Amino acid sequence: MADNQKLKLALYWAASCGGCEIAIVELREKILVIDQIADIVFWPVAVDAKYKDVEAMPDQHIDVCLFNGAIRTSENEHMAHLLRKKAKILVAFGSCAHEGCIPGLANLNDRQSIFDYAYLESPSVDNPDRVVPQPTNQMPEGEINIPKFYNTVKTLAQVEDVDYFVPGCPPQAPQIWSVIEAIVAGTLPAKGSVVGANEKTVCDECKYERNEKKVKKFYRIHEILPDRVHCLFDQGIICAGPATRGGCGALCTKVDIPCRGCYSGAPHVVDQGAALLSAVASVVDADTEEEARRIISEISDPIGTFYRFGLPNSLLHRSRLEKEQGGKS
Amino acid sequence: MNNGKFEPRIIAFLCNWCTYTAADAAGVARMEQPANVDIIRVMCTGRIEPMFILKAFAEGADGVIVSGCHPPGDCHYNNGNFKTFRRMPLVEALLSQFGIDGARFHWGWISGAEAPLWARLTRDFTENVRALGPLDWKRQKASKED
Repeated sequence: MADNQKLKLALYWAASCGGCEIAIVELREKILVIDQIADIVFWPVAVDAKYKDVEAMPDQHIDVCLFNGAIRTSENEHMAHLLRKKAKILVAFGSCAHEGCIPGLANLNDRQSIFDYAYLESPSVDNPDRVVPQPTNQMPEGEINIPKFYNTVKTLAQVEDVDYFVPGCPPQAPQIWSVIEAIVAGTLPAKGSVVGANEKTVCDECKYERNEKKVKKFYRIHEILPDRVHCLFDQGIICAGPATRGGCGALCTKVDIPCRGCYSGAPHVVDQGAALLSAVASVVDADTEEEARRIISEISDPIGTFYRFGLPNSLLHRSRLEKEQGGKS
Repeated sequence: MNNGKFEPRIIAFLCNWCTYTAADAAGVARMEQPANVDIIRVMCTGRIEPMFILKAFAEGADGVIVSGCHPPGDCHYNNGNFKTFRRMPLVEALLSQFGIDGARFHWGWISGAEAPLWARLTRDFTENVRALGPLDWKRQKASKED
């Protein structure tokens, strides 16, 4: 299929929204350059190649595989193992593959409760026969199988050996281009590195003026019209910038929206959510425990706020599976 | 420690100046304390990142204690304990969302002169966590299929 001189490139989507594919298209005319330097041997969204074509490839046939999407089902995991075998370099591309991202917030539930809601309880569902998907089904024509839906969303690195990580929801086009240039030039850093981002926090790229933070009240974004000079965090809007890796160009704060943390934890941060929680709590301007509790109680969804993009990759990965007997939660 | 009873593993982060001194005094005075509590001495509870607590649970702790100097005035560094009481309520809310029972996490203040309080806390806390059973977060992380 491929001319020997050309790079063999594969792209795959597991549990994702398709935004990472759009991000590739966002390269615009540079897509034509990619076509000159590479053969895209597999890309379900754009190229007609089937799983069996990948299975037929010799091992290590693909030079670089950009894998986006989290591991939600047995199909996702199967493709992760298959593409690892067939690719020399496996890249966790985008927040889902890197950290679990928005699909990873499903780790606050388990398979049973997700199925119950999605197929039975949701107000928009009309399912009088209470049909819920089963991994195997007997039909007149024989047994049919669909992929198994896991209890827990995992990151790519939790099921396979990953060479590089490209953060972002989605990765920004200039950063994707810099990664492609590094691949072509052979200047990729050590295995396991985060590429397509920088070594500072989002605050470093942010336009706002920062002062000492003293917050008496936290606002959600629809509750306040921030001024366009001072740090959003100083104004009481929770901004993930201080705990988040830079590289996006502070796109969100550029338009007065707080950073949501999609570029993963800042360098050397072990747990992005814990780091952000610490940053948020430290700026609470309270001199008594009661006041601190009152101010903090306005944050209604700590995991959704602090781990919006990184729950599966965090220290605790998910909420507890068996609820404690007699527990508060 | 194996008498057929579940023996919880409890990690206590204590500030050097107040609660650690109390724990030390409780030991010197031969006060009864369970062997389940492993103490990690830090210079100030304001130094305790929420990540330490999550990591303790993630790596197998069944319960975590954070204890330091009484606010407002006892802190050796003036206001390190202010940082603690600003952070810990949020950590409580976070742990509850993760499905970790509130009885597995205690934070508060014990001064250097309150050794009996420390001894009683270790006994009560250990029994409460023992009653809840193992948290076993490591096993949950290691499970392959799901």
